[in-house]
Amino acid sequence: MEPTVLCRKVSKIYRQDSVAVRALDEVDLEIPRGDFLCLYGPSGSGKTTLLNVIGGLDRPSSGEVVVDGQRIDNMESGRLARLRLHRIGFVFQAYNLIPVLSARENVEFVMQLQGVPAAARRARALAILREVGLEGLEDRRPGELSGGQQQRVAVARAIVAEPALVLADEPTANLDSRTAENLMQLLVQMNREHGVTFVFSTHDRLVMDFSRRLIGLRDGRIVEDRRRAA
Amino acid sequence: MSAAPGLLAVLAWRNLWRRPGRTGAILFALALGVWSMVSLAGLTRGMLEQQLERAIANLTGHAQIHAPGYRDDPVVEHRMAPPDARLRAVLEGPGVTAWAARVRVPAVVASERDSAAVTLVGIDPASERGLSFIADAVRAGRNLESPADIGLLIGRELAERLETRLGWRVVLMSEGADNELAERGFPIVGIFEAEPEAMETGYVFTGRAVAQQMLRMGEAVSEIALLAPERGQVDALLPRLRAAAPGLDVRSWTEVEPLLVLTEEVSGVILVIWYVVVFTAMSFGLINTLLMAVFERTREFGLFQALGMRPRQIVGQVLAEALILIGIGLVLGNIAAALTLEWLERGLDLSAFAEGFELAGYSPVLYPSVDAGDVLAANLLVFVLGLAASLYPAWRAARHVPVRALAQT
Repeated sequence: MEPTVLCRKVSKIYRQDSVAVRALDEVDLEIPRGDFLCLYGPSGSGKTTLLNVIGGLDRPSSGEVVVDGQRIDNMESGRLARLRLHRIGFVFQAYNLIPVLSARENVEFVMQLQGVPAAARRARALAILREVGLEGLEDRRPGELSGGQQQRVAVARAIVAEPALVLADEPTANLDSRTAENLMQLLVQMNREHGVTFVFSTHDRLVMDFSRRLIGLRDGRIVEDRRRAA
Repeated sequence: MSAAPGLLAVLAWRNLWRRPGRTGAILFALALGVWSMVSLAGLTRGMLEQQLERAIANLTGHAQIHAPGYRDDPVVEHRMAPPDARLRAVLEGPGVTAWAARVRVPAVVASERDSAAVTLVGIDPASERGLSFIADAVRAGRNLESPADIGLLIGRELAERLETRLGWRVVLMSEGADNELAERGFPIVGIFEAEPEAMETGYVFTGRAVAQQMLRMGEAVSEIALLAPERGQVDALLPRLRAAAPGLDVRSWTEVEPLLVLTEEVSGVILVIWYVVVFTAMSFGLINTLLMAVFERTREFGLFQALGMRPRQIVGQVLAEALILIGIGLVLGNIAAALTLEWLERGLDLSAFAEGFELAGYSPVLYPSVDAGDVLAANLLVFVLGLAASLYPAWRAARHVPVRALAQT
């Protein structure tokens, strides 16, 4: 079965003035469909860079990145945007909801870009918000929601269009431990019920405990790749 | 993609009101600019219109017919026969609302105290009704009653200069058709008022037959003036007039009063310059506002890209905000201008500057005139160039690299 993500000798070098910083160093990685894995490592180890490269938000300096069967490291930006729109969901540490839209409208946003008819996307958005436990809060704007509630909206937005892959960068960093645990349980449930592949980058022990696969990074290299018992 | 325009509009509308103070300030600036463009155009057109209509009413008409040479040297020698049947058929046919044949020669008028150079105009008072100002300009005494009326109408200012008055007599001297001095005493039967003041000091009126008799010119006349239903319709009439008056000098008001045409053209250029100045000031405000909004929301634009919004949709998002700003600014500006111009319908009294205005040939009370073309031009200029000016902020918003934009705090 074709993997959701395939990285071959992916390197990313940032240049600051005359100094070159190697954020990723010939990383090889294969992520099968339905995986629930976590990239961990100290700050500067390259986990967020790897997440960005896999998500097409940044381009590698060298190497190949294949997502959902399409090579994206040299893909034209319009096509890359289309791929992100239809196949990749993002959950950010800072939630990154659109402040002028309500919870429901934030969830509808991606579907609206996809051209889903109004009635269908409204029904789907309300269903997914109910699924993440936000029934009754659909019309609140982000500023009227708690951190945990905002992150649930972000998760709903990431999975509502049924992407092949959800990338979550430190999704629990701004949440208290109880809320973080609830969120992770929700993500596990989504992974099981919808078959979506989840990739996290984290420092959080809790996220690692929930993950089925742990990939350790240090100085831009994978230093550990192990599966945990379910 | 099909649903994106609605999404862009909603986002644009709500984003504008994230900073109501800033949006209000740029809306005020846009509305002020449009208001000033439309209002100034209305006043300028009104001023020109008044100047043109007054010149046309002040004996010019929409077209004139003279003997060759009269326009260069308007003396009795350059007289012409009264209109023959062929010319009368055109003058009394469709396309001409009024016409009059006049004697119009230079003369000297002398009272017991003083004398002045004037133009003697011999008229048929009935023909002048609806054609020239003199039919309604008499403020003291009476108007002329027929071409054979031996009375004289003089302007109030001239009467004061000559230290004469209603009922008194003055003597008029001119060159007769036989090149001999022609003179005659006239009783002043009416005092008229007119604008500009030069009309009061420069013209005296008597019955046409009396002037013809005094100048020993038989039935001949100096000019035929006429009105078309509208100023712009006279050009269609000219070929028929020229065909009916071969050998005569037939000219439209634009040829008779070239200075007025030049004034109209210069005013048009001044309006365009004003439009450009106002728009330039407005566009800086618009670009600045949009750039600030774009810089403030760099992270948000990065998010849009991360979620799959294409660069052209981000351009569309910023342009939608500009479109809403410009649209509301145009509506407010046009409403304010319409209210201003309606309020000025009663006239803008500039009599404090009356002397200067008189010298320039303008009335001290201005009445605006709205030209749909001016309003359309002002609105189109702001709309099209406003959107063009917004392209730069829109392009800036769309060229962010998602990962860098998202890293912005």
